[in-house]
Amino acid sequence: MKIPSSIWTLLIGIVLTLVSLWYGQNHGLLPTAASDEAVLVDGLFNTMMVVSTGIFLLVEGILIYSAIRYRKRSGDNEDGPPVEGNVPLEILWTAIPAIIVIGISVYSFDVYNEIGGFDPHAIHEAPITGQSMSMSMPGAAFAKRAGTALAATLNDTPPSTEPNLNQEKSDEAMQDPATAAVRNADQIPQKRNAPGVGVVSPTIGPSPENVGKPAQLLVNVTGLQYAWLFTYPDSGITTGEMHVPIGREVQINMTANDVIHAFWVPEFRLKQDAIPGRQSEIRFTPRTAGDYTLICAELCGPYHGAMRTQVVVETPEAFDKWVQEQLVASREEPLSQAVAVNPTNLSPDEFLAPYTKDMGIQPETLNQVQTAHHH
Amino acid sequence: MTQAQLQETANIPALSEEPGIRKWQDYFTFNTDHKVIGIQYLVTTFIFYCIGGVLADLVRTELRTPEVDFVTPEVYNSLFTLHATIMIFLWIVPAGAGFANFLIPLMIGAKDMAFPRLNAVAFWMIPPSGLLLIASLVVGDAPDAGWTSYPPLSLVTGQVGEGIWIMSVLLLGTSSILGAINFLVTLLRMRIPGMGFNQMPLFCWAMFATSALTLVSTPVLAAGLILLAFDLLAGTTFFNPTGGGDPVVYQHMFWFYSHPAVYIMILPFFGAISEVIPVHSRKPVFGYKAIAYSSLAISFLGLIVWAHHMFTSGIPGWLRMFFMITTMIIAVPTGIKIFSWLATMWGGKIRLNSAMLFAMGFVGTFVIGGISGVMLAAVPFDIHVHDTYFVVAHLHYVLFGGSVLGIYAAIYHWFPKMTGRMLNEFWGKVHFGLTIVGLNMTFLPMHKLGMMGMNRRVAQYDPKFTFLNEICTIGAYILAVSTFPFIFNAIWSWLYGEKAGNNPWRALTLEWMTTSPPAIENFDKTPVLATGPYDYGLEKAKEGVPLSDPDPVLSAGPNSVLRAEPDPAVAANPEDRK
Ligand code: HEM
Ligand SMILES: [Cu+2]
Ligand SMILES: [Cu+2]
Repeated sequence: MKIPSSIWTLLIGIVLTLVSLWYGQNHGLLPTAASDEAVLVDGLFNTMMVVSTGIFLLVEGILIYSAIRYRKRSGDNEDGPPVEGNVPLEILWTAIPAIIVIGISVYSFDVYNEIGGFDPHAIHEAPITGQSMSMSMPGAAFAKRAGTALAATLNDTPPSTEPNLNQEKSDEAMQDPATAAVRNADQIPQKRNAPGVGVVSPTIGPSPENVGKPAQLLVNVTGLQYAWLFTYPDSGITTGEMHVPIGREVQINMTANDVIHAFWVPEFRLKQDAIPGRQSEIRFTPRTAGDYTLICAELCGPYHGAMRTQVVVETPEAFDKWVQEQLVASREEPLSQAVAVNPTNLSPDEFLAPYTKDMGIQPETLNQVQTAHHH
Repeated sequence: MTQAQLQETANIPALSEEPGIRKWQDYFTFNTDHKVIGIQYLVTTFIFYCIGGVLADLVRTELRTPEVDFVTPEVYNSLFTLHATIMIFLWIVPAGAGFANFLIPLMIGAKDMAFPRLNAVAFWMIPPSGLLLIASLVVGDAPDAGWTSYPPLSLVTGQVGEGIWIMSVLLLGTSSILGAINFLVTLLRMRIPGMGFNQMPLFCWAMFATSALTLVSTPVLAAGLILLAFDLLAGTTFFNPTGGGDPVVYQHMFWFYSHPAVYIMILPFFGAISEVIPVHSRKPVFGYKAIAYSSLAISFLGLIVWAHHMFTSGIPGWLRMFFMITTMIIAVPTGIKIFSWLATMWGGKIRLNSAMLFAMGFVGTFVIGGISGVMLAAVPFDIHVHDTYFVVAHLHYVLFGGSVLGIYAAIYHWFPKMTGRMLNEFWGKVHFGLTIVGLNMTFLPMHKLGMMGMNRRVAQYDPKFTFLNEICTIGAYILAVSTFPFIFNAIWSWLYGEKAGNNPWRALTLEWMTTSPPAIENFDKTPVLATGPYDYGLEKAKEGVPLSDPDPVLSAGPNSVLRAEPDPAVAANPEDRK
């Protein structure tokens, strides 16, 4: 019996769809989703994976089918049929990819909005939050006057009546003694909040339902060659390891001391560059307990690969307990030791040792380090 | 002469006394013949490819184990910086110019490029800049801030290496600007009468789009690099935050060139593939205009997508959405090309020779790179995988699976024209098989590595990734081995290979209507078009109805396209000859 080609097309279409749908859900390509944001991003990825699998199988299928089916038989020196085009077909394969990418764009747009990509504080919040000044609400900075900000810059910025948003955020961060100690090691002036493309780094802000509310936990993060430093301004703790509680929205304010670093926790699906001279922030809500690795994702020098630390996601009770322990510990040792990392006073081996010990780096490797900077 | 008459004379087997054969010394001189320059480009860039490949295998050797145990981390950074710089600026980009130099004048019936001396100047900037880069490795102060050379890192690593890097890339950029001007003027002014834009072979369309893109974007890179050089050497602070500069501005300037550069790297080979597939499928190219205009669309859209490299470096939310959408849209013209190639093959009489196999390999692997590219355009997902091995996988599927396989397809296709001899088919197929296996083994696992948490540009990584890295490294060794059959095949065949005849593939584009290799000024008389470039199977090709010549062409020589009967004396269709 000869099966008509339309039936074949239908059957192949059904099989292709089923395989794509199955693989899109069962690819096993992503690590645990440990934040609320991660779940949304994974949904987007799985959808893209379904579409991609379908397109991949279709194209490779046609390619291999043609190679076999339309192979030149020996002795046949004729040309193929002179088909030069087919307008409806061409419209179809222009329209379908167009629809697919529009669909993916809309879905991405939605996810991006949900995870707080469109944090509107810089534009909308400013006038409203003027009265309620709070450190965790960047919008408040608009209401302040610029006076104190200018004093701290190394180079003279031309006088301006506009507030310097970056400088004010930096000043806020400097209220925290641990952050100040680190940042004073290599003072980098803050850029003015000039209008235009990307000067205050806008990043992932609060999810739409949290807009206007301060995050429940604030962590200041400083990246420096080759370590991450965390300060918890609410409690004054300084650590080299980050702890966050499940279910509370966390805001990370970050900057970098020397070169560009990038904050990446694969399980959170979030990444943000920490850029010297800029402040950037991300907000997220941890959801799955566990120890995850915080990875520096921007090339920052020879030991870039070693710039990693632990992020511990734990229950709120465990987190509070950890805070108490840290407070006791920091009362016992003076602050200068809590901020143990002052790169200028340490040899590279000493400096890197605490960060590399779990990473399978042999001591010999560290001994090979001559200088991190060779001018 | 009409195309058919040309065809007649062209079918005489190439003899060594032909005027087209040059002395080997010509290739080491300041020669202004576009064919000599084309081959100079191709051979030089291939040598750089081999060097870049050795560096890649050193990188992969380091990554076999999670520890840094093969080279020091500083050297590791220099290795991948030079690998990428060499592959991009000294291989893929100038290799496209090499084919364009050889083919454009032949394809449009011109005697040479519009500015032959400028052409030679453009080529001769390449060897010194390449040597400069390699010298930096030898003096032990190689650039190590990545091929993107982001400040402030590039300002605090070695000054000598970074300075050399800037100098070398500036020279290479100048070379490609000069080349682009030449291609544009040649295409606009030197076509034979009767060849409108819509009668041009698709490779010419692709080079037209590429050159326009080069002219617009390269100067911006040059500006960025000059400012960076001031920061590095003169202490200015354009990009240096310690003086109030902004490193993100550098990123904008850099990517304003370097994203379009991706299309500068791939468009010429889209063009080459559009030539190879119809000839070896014996069918007209499906959707000529769609393929031609989609090159222009890609080159225009290519200019407005650069910030998708900066989704995590801090640009406003709405701008990320703008760049997401423009990036996504590029998938449409690219998709049009892919489907048109598939439709060209569909129902044809496909010759599965090496050129065609590489062309099909190109389509099959490029699709993977294209799909992961659309995924990367989706901002929330890109935020997760930016600067990870997912990106490394994506870019190699595009650049290796796309550009490099495209170059190989083009070499197997035009080698007979360039040298008058055929490449050996058996070794060509061995080369193809090893390349495809090695390519997928090296780069497919990298997708998973990146998503699971392996960042790029690291000499040491989490031990849980050891197994996949082991596979990648073995794949990279297979890739290295795969080039040997090709190198020996090319050298041996050039010297002793089977004589090709002038049109072994019975192709219809003009470059096949002259001797192989072509004589000094290409054609005895200005050719006249008798058929379109892809009229396979059409009556007008069979009867030889001219497109621009009022006198109908009636006769066709032995072994001509117009008769489709191979002359047993000539390698008309090598796999048929027994
Ligand atoms: C011979 C096969 C090749 C192998 C095994 C290979 C391997 C690699 C590896 C492992 C990396 C990552 C280095 C790191 O992140 O530490 C890399 C980066 C790169 N490769 Fe290749 N590669 C090959 C061919 C090519 C080709 C043909 C191109 C063409 C243009 C290319 C362009 C690049 C670029 C642009 C980068 C990015 C470098 C960076 O992140 O700075 N590679 N390659
Ligand atoms: Cu870092
Ligand atoms: Cu880093």
